[in-house]
Amino acid sequence: MFYRENGQFKTTYAADQQMLPIRQDRLFMLALVVLAFAVVPFIASDYMIRAILIPFLILALAALGLNLLTGYCGQVSLGHGAFMAVGAYAAYNIAIRVPGLSFLVVLVLAGLAAALVGMIFGIPSLRIKGLYLAVATLAAQFFFDWVFARVKWFTNYAPSGSVSVPNIDLFGLVLNTPQRKYLFVLAIVALFALLAKNLVRARVGRSWMAIRDMDVAAEVIGIRPMAAKLSAFAVSSFYCGVAGALWGFIHLGSWEPLAFSITLSLNLLFMIIIGGLGSILGSFFGAAFIVVLPILLNQAPTWLGIPMSTSMISHLEFMIFGALIIFFLIAEPHGLARLWAIGKEKLRLWPFPH
Amino acid sequence: MLKRNWPVAALIALLVAGLVAPLATGASPAGFYVEVVLGGLMAGVLYSLVALGFVLIFKASGVFNFAQGAMVLFAALSVARMAEVMPWWLAALLAVAIMVALAWLIERLVLRPLVNQEAIALLMATLGVTYFLDGFGQTVWGSDIYEINLGIAKEPVMVLDRLFQGGILVNKEDFVAAVAAAALVAGLALFFQKTPTGRALRAVADDHQAAQSIGIPLNRIWVIVWSVAGVVALVAGVIWGAKLGVQFSISQVALKALPVVILGGFTSVPGAIVGGLIIGVGEKLAEVFLGPVLVKAFDLAGGGIENWFAYMLALLFLLVRPEGLFGEKHIDRV
Repeated sequence: MFYRENGQFKTTYAADQQMLPIRQDRLFMLALVVLAFAVVPFIASDYMIRAILIPFLILALAALGLNLLTGYCGQVSLGHGAFMAVGAYAAYNIAIRVPGLSFLVVLVLAGLAAALVGMIFGIPSLRIKGLYLAVATLAAQFFFDWVFARVKWFTNYAPSGSVSVPNIDLFGLVLNTPQRKYLFVLAIVALFALLAKNLVRARVGRSWMAIRDMDVAAEVIGIRPMAAKLSAFAVSSFYCGVAGALWGFIHLGSWEPLAFSITLSLNLLFMIIIGGLGSILGSFFGAAFIVVLPILLNQAPTWLGIPMSTSMISHLEFMIFGALIIFFLIAEPHGLARLWAIGKEKLRLWPFPH
Repeated sequence: MLKRNWPVAALIALLVAGLVAPLATGASPAGFYVEVVLGGLMAGVLYSLVALGFVLIFKASGVFNFAQGAMVLFAALSVARMAEVMPWWLAALLAVAIMVALAWLIERLVLRPLVNQEAIALLMATLGVTYFLDGFGQTVWGSDIYEINLGIAKEPVMVLDRLFQGGILVNKEDFVAAVAAAALVAGLALFFQKTPTGRALRAVADDHQAAQSIGIPLNRIWVIVWSVAGVVALVAGVIWGAKLGVQFSISQVALKALPVVILGGFTSVPGAIVGGLIIGVGEKLAEVFLGPVLVKAFDLAGGGIENWFAYMLALLFLLVRPEGLFGEKHIDRV
């Protein structure tokens, strides 16, 4: 009834190739952007912004990065938490060693550092794939956990090994309130999401998908596997590096080496599986799910009035988390993004059954 | 032949050089060196056992079972808590029954609905099982540190004090553990080679469809394989628990076993054993002899290189010989 594309004819190539070909989608996206930028900062509570919205946005960015690699190029990685750590520590070191540098430049440099590291650890992908590659990327995870815990230079010789960063000064505007932080993160994430959406529609993205679907065939039609895979690793790590820097500077403020442990890597993988492999939107769905679920599970016993010890709650959280992952894999292997697509299909015909 | 294999040969030469370097340079007394190697072998036995669980399941069902570590923890917790009210061998028997039930449940609820999915989906499913088992085990059995007392004296025994100055300290418990592990591996080898079920298992490992078409019930085979992996996890858990106490960190052993299977080859049982021993010895030697050198050279805040040493070793191996030491040649190569 409301979601029908009758009468929307494409008369130019530009119209045929646009990102959101259906008018209702464009309106919805516009409404969403207006809502996120202009309404949410004024109505959401500080807690809501600090504990849910900012982590959601940053993790969505990281998941997006991983999705570019795993969902679009088909290379599994269990080391993206480490690439986030590289981004965070690179940003920290650049920020304290080069005072007066704009944070935007720091972010880009942090992303580049992560991209370089990602490419180095992506080299094994030229020879191996699948589960073997997963283990190879795990090596990055454990190596960088160790590096940032032990090499004193990276933490600026802090005795406890944890680092803390000052508030960010952005062209004279200090990001010291949750609202400002939120808007800054939102702007960055929106920009990168738009970039990613275009990237996967462009030549690079198509070469990634060709490699994912069948590498030999891709090679035969003239795609260089090395360039495609390493560029996927570089772009993906760049996204994660930026996300890591944001995570450290804006969400955490001060952090220990364990902030970027293997749990984070696994969570990123969960996000893209639950959200949907090979879907930009899915990365956001997955991140929302993983951020909100633990908070809900934590609150549930209090709401239901069941007294429970905190350790009991955390164990139950683990259990429900694991069970939900299995459930999702069985019920909808293509993730929440697929559910969304099905919903849209149904809506086209609604209220008629056929 | 030699031309193609020179990187492998170089890597092995490097390994051997690293192995004897502390002795050759006189950096340590011989007795101490042997003690470190023995300690590494003991850790290696445990890695081997966990890796064995991986390999068994991977061979038979093509599933990369991330939950092996969680199974080790769960089995160890079951034994430790039940042993509080009954003799430990009875607790161990009951725990075997629990692990078999668990295998059946996993096959029913997780594997069967996911048949024909991609490998990554199955890997994720076992990650889900990991989370579930970690939470479930600690909900049911508690999350403190528990002891498993096998009734073996813990005091170290001095051996070979004629050969080396000061002798070598060996734990009797470690010795029993090594013998138990060897017995388990021998038993498994017999089971796989000599029994009809073992033959069916090998057939499934070789070719799923062919096995199914000659009437081997895949589902039952999977239950059996997961049960066997569960029992292996149980043995690993009991040995580990008796040595260091049963606690959550056991679950993390699984992560150490991943480089072991890379090194040994995903599909090779002997590979898992040898790989485990190599990694165990290698990382102990690296920690004791290479660690201080690195700390001094780079002004580190402490060693701890055993956390990533195994992974880097595995990564090197992946680059020169992706199928591992004993794995099958035809792996997914690009």
